[in-house]
Amino acid sequence: MIHPLRLMVQFAVILALFAAVSAFAARPVYRQTPPGSAVVVLTFVHGADRKADCRRLTPQEIAKLPPNMRRVEECPRGRRPLYVELDLGGRSVYRASLPPTGIAGDGPSRVYERFVMPAGEYDVAVRLRDTARTEGFDHERKGRIVLTPDQLFVIDFRSESGEFVFR
Amino acid sequence: MVIAAARSVLRRGFELIERPFDRLFGPTLNPLAQLGALGFFFFWIVAVSGIYLFIFFDTGIERAYGSVETITNDYWFHAGVMRSFHRYASDLMVVMVVTHLLREFAYDRYRGARWFSWFTGLPIIWLLYTSGITGYWLVWDKLAHYVAIVTSELLDWLPIFGEPIARNFISTGTLTSRFFTLMVFMHVAVPLFLLFIMWVHILRISRPKVNPPRTLAVLSLVALMAVSLWNPAQSQGHVDLAKAPVEVGLDWFYLPLYPLTDLWGRGAVWAFLGAFFVMLGAMPWLPPLRRAKAAAVDLAHCNGCERCAEDCPYEAIRMVRRTDGLPFPTQAQVNTSLCVSCGVCVGSCPSSTPFRRSEELRTGIDLPDFSLKTLRERTVAAAQSLTSSPRILVFACAHGGSAGRVGGTVVLPCVAMAPPSLIDFVLSRKLADGVVVAGCAESACYYRLGVAWTKLRFAGARDPYLRARVPRERIATVWASALETRRAAAEIDAFAATIAALPPPRLRSPAPPTPLAAPADELRVRESVESGS
Repeated sequence: MIHPLRLMVQFAVILALFAAVSAFAARPVYRQTPPGSAVVVLTFVHGADRKADCRRLTPQEIAKLPPNMRRVEECPRGRRPLYVELDLGGRSVYRASLPPTGIAGDGPSRVYERFVMPAGEYDVAVRLRDTARTEGFDHERKGRIVLTPDQLFVIDFRSESGEFVFR
Repeated sequence: MVIAAARSVLRRGFELIERPFDRLFGPTLNPLAQLGALGFFFFWIVAVSGIYLFIFFDTGIERAYGSVETITNDYWFHAGVMRSFHRYASDLMVVMVVTHLLREFAYDRYRGARWFSWFTGLPIIWLLYTSGITGYWLVWDKLAHYVAIVTSELLDWLPIFGEPIARNFISTGTLTSRFFTLMVFMHVAVPLFLLFIMWVHILRISRPKVNPPRTLAVLSLVALMAVSLWNPAQSQGHVDLAKAPVEVGLDWFYLPLYPLTDLWGRGAVWAFLGAFFVMLGAMPWLPPLRRAKAAAVDLAHCNGCERCAEDCPYEAIRMVRRTDGLPFPTQAQVNTSLCVSCGVCVGSCPSSTPFRRSEELRTGIDLPDFSLKTLRERTVAAAQSLTSSPRILVFACAHGGSAGRVGGTVVLPCVAMAPPSLIDFVLSRKLADGVVVAGCAESACYYRLGVAWTKLRFAGARDPYLRARVPRERIATVWASALETRRAAAEIDAFAATIAALPPPRLRSPAPPTPLAAPADELRVRESVESGS
């Protein structure tokens, strides 16, 4: 025989547990960055030049190859690393040499970096080297941006046009 | 050492909560004894409510959020309630799974033959979290944006993907509706796989509890309904890809690790997860349980009655075709890797009767390290050690509150190892004035079914029955956990007081055929006659 009062107490206990669970399902609120700050993300995927140029094979080298695999040129697959620099507000916040992806090192390099900055005006300079040169940069963009609180500002790079995009 | 200490502390914690729950709910309804069943129950609620919500959900990138808002606000009285059911039942499933894991650890029910259930429980955790996280993604509100970014940042840390996935969630134009179709597929496929692993998880236990008692299920459903109406699940505003989702109301059951990516970094979070799950996976062997020899079948005494296979809590016994030519269709066969040596099968075997007159007491299935013969010998010896009146003999479970009792106590791996005929034997041979069967706490039986089988056998509801001639007033059962030694002792003392008030029992059994089974007082008389005193 189920006692009504006992049943009510049992229900109250279960209800209290479920109510606590529902409370923690959306509270307390979590704040990822300090109030009044914005997030700058530097992200792109871009393949640097190959490590070496294609080389024309000699007739002897071609003759040595199996008949079904003969080709005129040999092109090494491996890519160079990318070199990237980012300055924000006149301060260097990121400098990195980004290795190519892939087991054979022939994939594009990639970057995804977040920077939490106080809201305000900033000078931005982003530079990229993707060739064999050791000095200077192949792509560069400078500008002045205004970051508002909680803004997500993205610095991307379009490989097709070879230019940085701010958005 | 550290693990044993942690286990002990946790066990005390569970005991503190569980015993009052036992008193309030009773051992059958106690939610802490139904964690696995409640996990299954909430899974089904999530599945049914999810199917219902899918009718109204739109997978388009622009329409996903809108459809969820329509569900929540315009159709709050059915679809909105279902959304809350879906959300809170998912959270409750996490609570059940985590508490279940901690409780099994606390009660040391994860080592030895039980490693399989423990080990297969680990992918359940991963699949459960994957199911929940993909679900949050679908709402496409601010929280979904946060979950999408942090999840993909975590995945991007692993050198698997060529292009950072997180790039898709930080600017407009990069995400298409096809992505939502993929997420819906994942949100359906992963829970289906979860259900499959849940089935694997319970494969090696017999009579797994996959449905909670009806009263508990009804109470839970009504409570879920009340909470859904009082605190309905809400979205947190439409995604704005130009804004960082920096302030969100987190679901702390599914996303507790996400803030850690900010504190520790992604690599450290992966390292923590890897180390934590490697440790969990290795737990059954840290250190390994010292296992007694598995039960062994003696075909000469096995008539293939199937009772041992029916009663085994771990599916360790199956019936196979007869191999010895005796005129029975089947015989019992023990899978030694599944056997936990609890002795429940010994207690269930109709051949396990201490009244047997054979020279060597043997039964159809027995424990090599603790045979029925040994049990009878220890019973007689313990009875002979009883000096004070009334003489109370205790059959104590090694995992219960009376295991450490001194004098007049026979400790068994599980009280269900004692066949009901042993109680009859003790009382009819006047080995004791009363018998106490002292097992684990009712809601926390160490070998799962020992308490249940003992109760049913004594009640005459399950073979082998306790014979009707056995005076029930001279039998008591005490169900107490290892930490409830005082209560167990008090209940035994109270029972002794009632026995003292009873008139002397009538001898109902014929005189014992062997000196071994002779009652203590008769032995003393015989010795005095032989010595001529």
